[in-house]
Amino acid sequence: MAVYEQGYRGYDGPLMPDCSRFLVIPRYAYKSVFASRVFVGFLVLCYLWPLGLGAFIYGLHNLARISPVPITFDPTEQIVIDGDFFLWTVMFPQGIIAGFLLALHIGPALISSDLTNNALPLYLARPINRAEYVIGKISVLAILLSLITWIPALLLFTEQAYYAGWDWLVQNMRLAGALFVGLWIWIFVLSLLSLAISALVRWKVLARAALFGVFIIPGAFGETINVLFGTVWGSLLDIGGLIARVWEGLLGLDFDTTPIPLWAAWASLLTLCGVCLLILRRKLQPYEVVR
Amino acid sequence: MTQPVIELDGLEVRFSGRPILKKLSAKLTGRSIGLLGPNGAGKTTLIHTLLGFHPASAGTARVLGHDIHERSREARRLIGYMPENESFIAGMTAVRFVRLMAELSGLPAKQALERTHEALFYVGLGEARYRRLETFSFGMRQQAKLAQAIVHGPQLLFLDEPTNGLDPPHRQRMIELIREIRKADDIHLVLSSHLLRDVEECCDDVLILKEGKIAASCNLEQERRANKKFIELETVGDHEAFARAIEQLGCQCAIDRRRRIKTVLPDRLEVKDLYRLANERQVQIRRLSFKRDSLEDIFLKAMEQPHGRV
Repeated sequence: MAVYEQGYRGYDGPLMPDCSRFLVIPRYAYKSVFASRVFVGFLVLCYLWPLGLGAFIYGLHNLARISPVPITFDPTEQIVIDGDFFLWTVMFPQGIIAGFLLALHIGPALISSDLTNNALPLYLARPINRAEYVIGKISVLAILLSLITWIPALLLFTEQAYYAGWDWLVQNMRLAGALFVGLWIWIFVLSLLSLAISALVRWKVLARAALFGVFIIPGAFGETINVLFGTVWGSLLDIGGLIARVWEGLLGLDFDTTPIPLWAAWASLLTLCGVCLLILRRKLQPYEVVR
Repeated sequence: MTQPVIELDGLEVRFSGRPILKKLSAKLTGRSIGLLGPNGAGKTTLIHTLLGFHPASAGTARVLGHDIHERSREARRLIGYMPENESFIAGMTAVRFVRLMAELSGLPAKQALERTHEALFYVGLGEARYRRLETFSFGMRQQAKLAQAIVHGPQLLFLDEPTNGLDPPHRQRMIELIREIRKADDIHLVLSSHLLRDVEECCDDVLILKEGKIAASCNLEQERRANKKFIELETVGDHEAFARAIEQLGCQCAIDRRRRIKTVLPDRLEVKDLYRLANERQVQIRRLSFKRDSLEDIFLKAMEQPHGRV
């Protein structure tokens, strides 16, 4: 198939390993994603808050050194950096707000454009299967969400551990695991939900509205059920509340942000993921179903 | 013995309990295989099943020796597929699209880019390769689909209705490309079409499907050679008695629906023997023509069979 020879020839060169094949999908997706200045601007904004927090932690531990006036108290005794701090200042703003906005921007177009243009047979006729296709598409979101959620969170944890010392690190080791696991669970739920909606709704604007609606409408509906029937189980419909409850559990806190048992929050999130996977399984067919 | 390109072993596919492919068994060994059949015969379903898109409800199949269930990934590694419907990835230039497909097939990025350019030049999209696919005409998109199907150098190329919807110049170009690819040593072709002319121009072997069953399977060249003395007669008079008389001479003879007599003359007989016989039987021969049993004849014969194979 040489350009000048104009003849077909086969390929007998090296091949990439199967295990990394799915990463081709996010690599190509990022080229389009980063072509958008709005997105790049948004991503930069997402780092301002963690940077500010980093500066805050630095200042907290070095106030005596950097203050122009003498400090007579220990600021680390006034402001305690613990699970509570990470939940409200890192996990909620970075995970729930920034993460959700990022998913809202990228998620809805991930699968819908492939379905609209009948591109699935092109992917699946190659040595990748549906699971790898989904993993590839999830990776598009998961890698970006990681960049603004658990990676800055763990960097802040590391900074705090560096300044607070060994004792703090030993006492709060659980926090690192909770930040990592909790934010990964959120990334997984958010990515799956985005993909499922993208597979269901092929029009991008409508898919964005649907993703937004899934987080707002069931929550409001659940709250109405709670008020009308005097129960707490309506909160099972509030996805944000569910993940907050799971985070509380992982961090060992008990704020009762959502008045449902921890096991119920886990079960609801698992059910939600199961439903999303079922939708993807049903919708991602490399052929048209003629009824 | 040559390894079959495709081996169907009692392959059955059902959709919602309805059988679409019914116990197909065949060994296809040709370099270029035509998959013929009317719409709804199961051609695309067969290709999809071989690609692993549909699970078989019974039986199995092997593609280049790889079982489509147990070693589907290995089989797909060797396959290039050009789907029937419009298929592309939006927002991409032709180069990015074909390169993505090459990398998904396992080619490293550098080799993928190199072969992408080659493939796009090869199919005739060299000048348009940096244009977005959405801006391509239908014919150009078909060419882009062909480029993505061959970019990774497959050993077996499935072409599902590649000339569908193309205008005559694009169709001719597509047929030329397919014939060109067929010449390469290391590739087999399966061309699915309901257009007999496409199959006749590009294929050596033909598998005719009808209502999910194999209605006929033959080698076109052998068929042509076997029927080189095929003669068609248009007569006036008792053509049935005349046909019996021809048979008594030792010829194979048949009367078609248009009451024309088709006969194959053995070497010892000549055309003048037929005229002599017609004279004896008081039958007028109005027209006599030498014909080959065309693919159309084979196809129509297959379609006429209520069940079973030709």
